[in-house]
Amino acid sequence: MTAGAETRSARKRPGPLPSRPYQFPRFERRRLSNGLQLVVAPVRKLPIATVIALIEAGSVCGFRGQEGIARLTAELLLEGTESCEGAELVERFERLGTSVEASADWDGTIVTLTALRENIGPAIKLLGEVLRAPAFPEREVERLKAERLAELLKLRAEPRGLADEMFTRVLYEPTSRFATPEGGTEESVTAITREDVRRFYDWRYQPAGTTLVIAGDITADEAERIAEDTFADWTGGDDLDLCKSSDAPARTTRALHVVSKPDAKQSEVRLGNVGLPRRHPDYYAAVVMNAVLGGLFTSRINLNLREKHGYTYGAFSHFDWRRQAGPFMVSTAVQSESTVAAIEEVLVEIDRIRAKEVRSEELSLATSYLDGVFPIRYETTDAIAGALATLVQYELADDFYDTYRTHIRAVTTADVLRIAREHIHPPAMQMLVLGDPETVLGPLEALRFGPLTMYDIEGRVV
Amino acid sequence: MRIPIDTFRLPNGLFVTLSEDHTAPIVAVNLWYHVGSANERRGRTGFAHLFEHMLFQGSADVGSNEHFELIQRAGGTLNGSTWLERTNYFETVPSNQLELVLWLEANRMGKLLPAMTQQKLDTQRDVVKNERRWSMDNQPYGTWWEKLPALCFPPEHPFHHSLIGSMEDLDAASLEDVRSFFEMYYTPENAVLTITGDFEPAQTRKWVERYFATIKNGKGRPPLPNTMMPTVFGDWKREVVRDNVMLPRLFLAFLSPVFGSPAFYAASVCAAILGLKKGSRLYKTLVRDRQIAAQAQAFTYDLTKGSDLLVVDVTGRPGVTGDHLEHEVAREIDFMHANGVTKGEVDRAVTLLETEYTAALQSAGERADRLSMFATYFADPSLINTQVDRYRAVTADDVNAFVRERLSENNRASLLYVPKTGTMTMKRTGEFAGVKA
Repeated sequence: MTAGAETRSARKRPGPLPSRPYQFPRFERRRLSNGLQLVVAPVRKLPIATVIALIEAGSVCGFRGQEGIARLTAELLLEGTESCEGAELVERFERLGTSVEASADWDGTIVTLTALRENIGPAIKLLGEVLRAPAFPEREVERLKAERLAELLKLRAEPRGLADEMFTRVLYEPTSRFATPEGGTEESVTAITREDVRRFYDWRYQPAGTTLVIAGDITADEAERIAEDTFADWTGGDDLDLCKSSDAPARTTRALHVVSKPDAKQSEVRLGNVGLPRRHPDYYAAVVMNAVLGGLFTSRINLNLREKHGYTYGAFSHFDWRRQAGPFMVSTAVQSESTVAAIEEVLVEIDRIRAKEVRSEELSLATSYLDGVFPIRYETTDAIAGALATLVQYELADDFYDTYRTHIRAVTTADVLRIAREHIHPPAMQMLVLGDPETVLGPLEALRFGPLTMYDIEGRVV
Repeated sequence: MRIPIDTFRLPNGLFVTLSEDHTAPIVAVNLWYHVGSANERRGRTGFAHLFEHMLFQGSADVGSNEHFELIQRAGGTLNGSTWLERTNYFETVPSNQLELVLWLEANRMGKLLPAMTQQKLDTQRDVVKNERRWSMDNQPYGTWWEKLPALCFPPEHPFHHSLIGSMEDLDAASLEDVRSFFEMYYTPENAVLTITGDFEPAQTRKWVERYFATIKNGKGRPPLPNTMMPTVFGDWKREVVRDNVMLPRLFLAFLSPVFGSPAFYAASVCAAILGLKKGSRLYKTLVRDRQIAAQAQAFTYDLTKGSDLLVVDVTGRPGVTGDHLEHEVAREIDFMHANGVTKGEVDRAVTLLETEYTAALQSAGERADRLSMFATYFADPSLINTQVDRYRAVTADDVNAFVRERLSENNRASLLYVPKTGTMTMKRTGEFAGVKA
């Protein structure tokens, strides 16, 4: 990385040939008579296709006290239909060489499968049955609730997942849906009944709020024929409001949250603030700023903490993109003894990126990476289908993937500085450290980051 | 579906595989060095992996961390990984950047040592120690990675010791170790190079010759110590680990036929019948029907020497003790051992494996990695095109022969994790009632 090394070897380095053109796969949007949207990208590389059903039933939808219902409902789709019990349903999919994943993220429920060409028609048919006629058997409702409780119990011994979850809890105001885990808490999951699931399903699962994305070895006409056969007589209301939640922060001043895990060999550190919504005009500049700060292996934060100091195996920052403002955060796991030294370096990097424009070589590293890596991201049918689902979910323009690289290349060092100043808020940042209190507490207090609150691993203030 | 394959060998022994695919303007470069943790000497556990980190610290004409920077600036992705039997390094880049990648890989294969310094070694040692803490010591059940092979292979066996290494051995690693390891194992004759994707074959071959042909071999690699293993353990090996975990988890291993051998495919299908996805036996019986387990899966290690391992991995539900979990898993295995599998189960498993295989081959990097694997282990990358047929050829009789021979009580090793403080139980309300001894 030294200037000497660069001049010494620059002569020997092969440069690139002229770049070859790339186009994101062409896709077509169609709409069935019942309002269901179809998005098809024919990709004929291998005899395989991926199907995603995107349903307007995200985790932000639902009633207070029943957090987790969107995910539970999604998972229950596969636990039996009116004509087929759960184990049999799984068997029928797997005999087609495929398995279905169903889950809810903040802004939608996503049900997806990948199958060989010869099985794609029957697999979509079966998927139709799953989406249109789930039975929600009482026994399976109770079983999946118990599995979520087991997952929550397991999480208490998993420092990474626990730190992520605790961080978002302290970041958003308590009435925000984002302050409660997507999958719900012990209390909220326990409260959900089979009738609640049925009601949620009836409310959110509508043809007009559903998009079927198919990418792979199939034509648009063929896809439409299968979709018509499967979904055309699915009826339902044609007006579906989008769900919203508050995305307001819990505090406007800094605070330090320490989760006590005696004898932890590393400290999990999370630092950040509420970021910006996905459709914000600063999206591209924020992506580039983040790449320079902590998004890439060669970012400032990772090179500093890992390659310069050896404090960690990795340190990264990211924006969690949602329809509303998701978190912006820096995450790392550092050797317990180096916790505060590492945090100080992160704070230095945050101040630095807000104080002065990044160097043009840093900007070009980030933009040429994001530009060049673009075609590599879409090699597989599930990546292409996923990208199209994102397009639908965030109502992005149809030419989004065609113009993405031009937008990224247009970001300037002045943009990066402005974004860092506008969207990273040191005076309001929250920091969470999950680690061994005996090792980290003294040095953390000396850091004077902000008022300190201690929690146990169950999240109770101690 | 057939992957096109062209191979050649440079005079210095470097084996090269080319596989064209022009559907997107990207190209993958993948190198396998036939060295892994199995080749480490006593007192230097973890060295193969630490050495992998050093390969990103520059070479004669490349600055420290510059490898990462050059590839990312070119718009590419990259990484490396270490396994018991091999170490790999890989990049996927826009196709017009292929020459740069070949130059970089050749530079570190040929001229790594001038760039090695004590300071770089010390920093990477700290990084690796933090990797160990992150992936193992501070992660529930994380130590299974080193405890399971240690339980299954005898102390003198090359697969016995820890891949990531002990803190003491990492401390002991010196620059002299870096030099001798490099000279012994990072040679053209001990490596294979694979290029897949959008490239022009004649030009690519010229580049490969220009950059790699001048690299010299070392004194040759020492042979591995004896890897031979019996077909069964001979008894039921057991280890119980009291750990900072909330739920009991059982890893139940069986000695099984080595990767690529005729019987391997039956073993692999057996693993899929036991624990691939929700229609598998263990999931159906333990997770869905009897609700004893929170998750269940099974897989093979894919080792090519001595013996492979088939591993069943089941986590208990809250309230289920470790003993109970082990008993119930063993009952399922006993049942399969006594009654075998059905043709329907074999069909389900093979169809799923075929879809997974096809899905994976969509990516240039995956294709390259598998071609390198078959080139390294069997000197025949074209085996990539025979795998689906080999799985399709597996019959219920084949699987049942494996089941009878290998799922017996005298071929089991259980590594059982249980909560240090007893088992967590839940009240019916979902509140946690606390700890029972």
